[in-house]
Amino acid sequence: MIEFHSVTKRFPDGTLAVEDFSLVLPSRKTTVFVGSSGCGKTTLLRMINRMIDPTSGSIAIDGVDIASGSAVALRRSIGYVMQNSGLLPHRRVIDNVATVPLLKGVKKADAHAQAMELLDTVGLDRVLAYRYPSQLSGGQQQRVGVARGLAVNPNILLMDEPFGAVDPIVRDDLQQELLRLQHDLDKTVVFVTHDIDEAFLLGDQVVILEKGAQIAQVGTPKEILANPASDFVASFIGADRGKRRLAVDSSVARSGDDVVLVDGAGYVAGVIEAPGGVLPGAGAGVNTDSLARSVSNKTDQAGDA
Amino acid sequence: MVWLWDNLDLVLRLTADHVRLSIIPIVVGFIVCIPFGWLANRYTVARTILLTLGGVLFSIPSLALFVTLPALLGTRILDEANVVVALCVYAIAVMVRGAADAFSSVSRDVISSSTAVGFSAVSRFWTVEFPLAGPVLLASLRVVSVSTVSLLSVGSLIGVQSLGYLFINGYQRDFPGEILIGIAFTVIVAVVFDTILVLVGRLLMPWTRATPRRRSVTSASAAVTA
Repeated sequence: MIEFHSVTKRFPDGTLAVEDFSLVLPSRKTTVFVGSSGCGKTTLLRMINRMIDPTSGSIAIDGVDIASGSAVALRRSIGYVMQNSGLLPHRRVIDNVATVPLLKGVKKADAHAQAMELLDTVGLDRVLAYRYPSQLSGGQQQRVGVARGLAVNPNILLMDEPFGAVDPIVRDDLQQELLRLQHDLDKTVVFVTHDIDEAFLLGDQVVILEKGAQIAQVGTPKEILANPASDFVASFIGADRGKRRLAVDSSVARSGDDVVLVDGAGYVAGVIEAPGGVLPGAGAGVNTDSLARSVSNKTDQAGDA
Repeated sequence: MVWLWDNLDLVLRLTADHVRLSIIPIVVGFIVCIPFGWLANRYTVARTILLTLGGVLFSIPSLALFVTLPALLGTRILDEANVVVALCVYAIAVMVRGAADAFSSVSRDVISSSTAVGFSAVSRFWTVEFPLAGPVLLASLRVVSVSTVSLLSVGSLIGVQSLGYLFINGYQRDFPGEILIGIAFTVIVAVVFDTILVLVGRLLMPWTRATPRRRSVTSASAAVTA
């Protein structure tokens, strides 16, 4: 469990990045901070491993104030994955994965053996172990980044827009992989993104942030979709422009048992199974998660706006 | 050529002196520039001061520096230490800028992610920043190596033995062959030094030669078709 107690961060240049932020991030769940650029979401994340120290307020992990120990020891106990992987370009993949165990004094042979297993875990071929990061694709580098983050078997995994720089198809892959990993490993994941669809897909708890890391709404994706707390939230998740309100388009010819769905603006959003022309669970039972996923390409723009 | 065979002993002895005297400034320049370069990269004020100082020092004519140093260091006027110290000053003056650029060439992302995964400041410097600054450091070290080897010849004017002796002697005797031999051996020493530096660089920085992904894909497919 990670607790923020009235945390404020003012940078030396006077920018108030985070103002009086309090929140509990439950253990073994994925919490996603989502908001536009400059809303303070990355600052929040980087305060958890003391890359940034709060100006006032405190952060506790499992009840222990993180400021009480050494920052280096804290960072070695927390997995960290960033955009563009942040791998060491002069180290081979296997040494990159084994970085933190080696720093902690684990024997090289043991660290390498464990790193090989981690490559399997994140779905990378072992032949890539002796390549340099520059010889890998962007998606493969991100997987190595995740493997490195998992190398000390941390309880907490911090992910700072880890899939922001890869193409949509690879991003889809990586997101599914992360869901699978999270299902198997049960970490406390803190994920930062500006993409609301990614947030709804990955988050157990989604935190929508306004400027100064002011919480616009906290909740499960379903709660937020069903009841946007404010106009800001409604606009951010695309509800105000009807992007989230889907309807069956009867003008399109049905192929098999699928019917086409359109959003409020009339754009095609996806398809839904309707055996024999009947929608399952008519209305209330529609799975909003899968709807959110199917409109992901178009609402990217809503996230940036 | 006949002159070379007759005087091979002299030429080889001068070459050995030349090598011995130019290695010191190159090594000293490299070692001293690392803390200075780090400082210059870390603090803007340090950068301004160090780079200005470097520029000023480098602009002092070498002969003037050779003859002033005995007064400053208390050495004898013909002491070879004068030349070595002067060349160290030039080497540092050039290397500091190169080292500052080398450290600033290391990606901010890599440094920040190294900190985030738990490198301490010291281990991050030696295992991340220093090796990644390597290629740019090597580039300026190669410049320093060549310039030191060639500047050392000037030291012969104040009587310090090096291949420069052949220029002066050849000029005084109006014998161009000796001057040409001097030039040829100076060039050979410079080229050998440069080759050694490049080879050591390759050995210590294997990642710089790793084929980037696109090419490795095509070479792999070429291997399959072959």
